[in-house]
Amino acid sequence: MSETTPVEITSGQIPTIANGYRLQFESAQDTWVLLYPEGMVKLNPSAAEILQRCDGQTSVDDIVAKLETAFETTGLTKDVHSFLSIACEQHWISLS
Amino acid sequence: MSSPMLQHGLATDPKATRPGPPLWLLAELTYRCPLHCAFCFNPVDFARQSDELDTEGWISTLQQARALGSVQCGFSGGEPMLRNDLETLVGEANRLGFYTNLLTTGVGLNEKRARALKDNGLDHIQLSFQDSTREMNDFLSNTRTFDLKNKVASLIKDHDWPMVLNCVIHKMNIDHIDKIIEMALELGAETLELANTQYYSWAVVNRDHLLPSKAQLDKAEEVTNEYRERYGDRLRIIFVVPDYYENRPKKCMNGWGNVFLTIAPDGTALPCHTARMLPGAAFPKVTEHSIESIWYGSEGFNRYRGKDWMKEPCRSCPEADNDLGGCRCQAFMLTGDPAAADPVCDKSPDRGVVDTAIEQAQSTQTSIVGDQPLIFRDPKESLRLTEPAE
Repeated sequence: MSETTPVEITSGQIPTIANGYRLQFESAQDTWVLLYPEGMVKLNPSAAEILQRCDGQTSVDDIVAKLETAFETTGLTKDVHSFLSIACEQHWISLS
Repeated sequence: MSSPMLQHGLATDPKATRPGPPLWLLAELTYRCPLHCAFCFNPVDFARQSDELDTEGWISTLQQARALGSVQCGFSGGEPMLRNDLETLVGEANRLGFYTNLLTTGVGLNEKRARALKDNGLDHIQLSFQDSTREMNDFLSNTRTFDLKNKVASLIKDHDWPMVLNCVIHKMNIDHIDKIIEMALELGAETLELANTQYYSWAVVNRDHLLPSKAQLDKAEEVTNEYRERYGDRLRIIFVVPDYYENRPKKCMNGWGNVFLTIAPDGTALPCHTARMLPGAAFPKVTEHSIESIWYGSEGFNRYRGKDWMKEPCRSCPEADNDLGGCRCQAFMLTGDPAAADPVCDKSPDRGVVDTAIEQAQSTQTSIVGDQPLIFRDPKESLRLTEPAE
């Protein structure tokens, strides 16, 4: 497989969970999971918090702001961008 | 058996003492099928097992499995479209929170049923390119097959399902892998699984016809890699090598009774869809036991769980955790002992049986091999091949 360069995330983009993927909480596993054709990814808590806000209406900047408000912190931009970049490479989300 | 479906993140905690939930539920709704594939996964004696759970039986199965934590549900067969209650079952699975997958040949999938499946929440269709004709070597030029798949592929696109195509690869079509990939591109597939035949059930009966040579396999992988380079993300191609050409066995089903629960058409609960071939006590039925007691408590599901059952060379092998000794069915078929090391492993004292099969496969002849003709799956052959000895 060829190496790919990381997907560049910009603040105005609007991420949404990709077609065929579904985010849901699984009580038996006590964790959020991302389901897709014949597969499943268990999400760590921060990935789950970000993906729950990828609703197809909220921009990357607004997701960062909402997370910073919810967790009473600042400086999350870099972490959110780098996670969204990975999520995009994995085809978990699409950007518009 | 190996399945790409197990390679995408269904990891479990190796330190856990109690097995995790049966995350994957495979509902084999029926062994009936309009096709006659010579590599079919259904048991060779399928014609002797014609009982099927009724709608209520399947709904209860879905409810119990979901309550235990099952999350992926595959509706398979045979051809699951032959069940008139498929839409009802998909609807129930969706309501329960399953991610629902339909594994179909596309036969019987028309606009009306596609709409109904969509309305009932079906998440994904995996369309198989299994040959529906007896002209195996004419596989790719068979226009009837292509037209049907083309129509079904359009239905999949129109209903906004992700397009996953599966094509079973063997000696007679592996040299045309470029054409198979071209066809997938033409149909607009997002994922193509090039699944080499594994040697279970009907594929064992026909092994000499189906096992490709090393040269064929290497060429096919090379061609596949060229297409991956050329098309990148437009088409994700998964290439599954036949076990026989590996030198370490697969971690079959990601471990016995670990994540995978198959329910056969008659309600028999199995750790994999071929496990019924193994000697020993019969596996439990969902009509007689709860799924919770079957999964956690039954002898069948505990028989090869973990590592306590292992013999040498597996027992002291430093790689035992990687593959858990491989596949029990393969060990049984090739050595007669279901607790032996999977002979695919080059540490197995029985590796020679795999090497012999490979040697026989190096012939360039691709049509008729040996004296035995290719045997197509059908009820008459099923009864003939499994006639009790006098």
